[in-house]
Amino acid sequence: MANTILVVAEQHEGKLNRVSFETVKAAQDISAAKGWPVHAAVAGGGIEQVAGEIAAMDVERLHAIDSPALAAYTPDGFAFALNRFIADTSPQLVLMPHTYQVRDFAPKLATALGRPLISDCIGFKTEGDRLLFTRSMFQGKFAADVSFACGAPWFATFQNGAFRGDQARRAASPRAVELFSIDLPESVIRNRPEAPFKEARQAVDLTQADVIVAVGRGIKEQKNIDLARDLAAALGGEIAASRPICDSGWLPMDRQIGSSGQTVAPKLYFALGISGAIQHVVGMKGSRTVIAINKDSEAPIFEVADLAVVGNLFDIVPPLIEEIKKARA
Amino acid sequence: MKILVCMKQVPQKDAPLKLNENGSWIREDVSYEVNEPDAYALEEALRQKEKHGGEVVAITAGPARASQVLREALAKGADRAIHLEDPAFVTLDALNTARAVAAAVKGESFDLVFTGLQSDDYGFAQTGVILAELLGWPHATIIMHIEKNDAGIRVKRELEAGFFQFVQMPLPAVLTIQSGINKLRYATLIGIKQAKNKPLRKVTMAEVQAALGPNLQVLEKLYIPQKTKKTEKLEGPASEVAKKIVEKLRNQARVL
Repeated sequence: MANTILVVAEQHEGKLNRVSFETVKAAQDISAAKGWPVHAAVAGGGIEQVAGEIAAMDVERLHAIDSPALAAYTPDGFAFALNRFIADTSPQLVLMPHTYQVRDFAPKLATALGRPLISDCIGFKTEGDRLLFTRSMFQGKFAADVSFACGAPWFATFQNGAFRGDQARRAASPRAVELFSIDLPESVIRNRPEAPFKEARQAVDLTQADVIVAVGRGIKEQKNIDLARDLAAALGGEIAASRPICDSGWLPMDRQIGSSGQTVAPKLYFALGISGAIQHVVGMKGSRTVIAINKDSEAPIFEVADLAVVGNLFDIVPPLIEEIKKARA
Repeated sequence: MKILVCMKQVPQKDAPLKLNENGSWIREDVSYEVNEPDAYALEEALRQKEKHGGEVVAITAGPARASQVLREALAKGADRAIHLEDPAFVTLDALNTARAVAAAVKGESFDLVFTGLQSDDYGFAQTGVILAELLGWPHATIIMHIEKNDAGIRVKRELEAGFFQFVQMPLPAVLTIQSGINKLRYATLIGIKQAKNKPLRKVTMAEVQAALGPNLQVLEKLYIPQKTKKTEKLEGPASEVAKKIVEKLRNQARVL
């Protein structure tokens, strides 16, 4: 049978996770290099409408893995259903977005099939016949090329933003959705999930801010956050933070930028003492201009910065606030 | 409850890292620390034990230096520790690491296994979930709260974009713990003293070799990532730097 690439799209309660289009784009690019056709599947309960959105993409076949037992996400249910589907369709390569949900079931699925999962990839390359996957390591300080040393199916996940979802090729006419029905015994699912909820009303919507001043560990002490606040005030922007700052309670959780917080794309993102761990960078790399101040010239935040200021933020920010005030006056 | 906590030693967050000569790994002459989410996993295990009784066992895989994380765990209150000691454990993929851990604790009956949600070095975010599959146990990831009840445990999972979810699950189970689930404690002087007399079992590579296979994902090359953005570097006296930043704010960012 011919090699195929299977994209497993993600949906939550009947809504497609847009990051799925990035995975489609990744699959289309690998397809162009390897000649393997792209198939897609989405799993859930009552997901016709979601499947319809993927059907607009240029994929050869599209499957809806549908069962009432998949209506609420569980790792047992999803791993079981996809295991069956993969056994039935024998793809060479299975691609998924590196979301919290995929992280929850994909290692289980791959292990059940005796296969590895190359997780959190940021790209791929070909060397002759070989297909290599590139992943970030050491919090983005290094990248690694990784290959599979086994037969199909290969499993890989791609980091948010690794591919441009808006560049995924669309089909001339929508694909027909093929239903894959699955008999999912109740005993398979051991976890009993409750409905997702939001902790507290989000007091600030950082996605609307033109200017964001974000602080990381480099701010050292809670009282130093006032310095960042003054800078934000001078620029007419909002203050935000990386996860450790919110974990410490120095700023409320709704000020957190990153995979577990808000994703923003302001005109200006000013990063103070932020090292630039992947989990933070995925939440801000769409910003138009990024200025970062960090004492470590190797900090990964500088990889996504337009202006990389190497130095002590406590020396630089006070005169900077004065200069901004002068410029505004 | 009897809880196993999987912990890893990783390079310190702000340690400058260099590639080794053949680009297969980093140079080892750096400072190491406990992988941050693993420290929270240990803290959570200690808190559960304080509430419900039982035992906390810390396990790590790595060279001799990695025993430092176990000594810290014992000093903070873990009852005993297991060290899969061999430099080669560092080169194992997530599947083999999980197999090694499973082999090392074979014959023990834990109620819970905790891991941090991911490590700062490889960043697979997989070992805990794989371990659950190998053990045939249910799992839940990115956990922010755990409460024991008659049917097992009720945990709070962190989802994306500020969402959470409670999940009821039976025991035994594997949980991957998110940073910030609790407040970390410091080791006390008494704790550090007592740690010296707590059991620390060493397990060699030979003892678990039969459970392992070849790495099915092969790290071919480690390198400094290519920049995708044109970055202008700025260094110098603070007052000059401040003026240049303002220029940038005016001309490029156009926010002034």
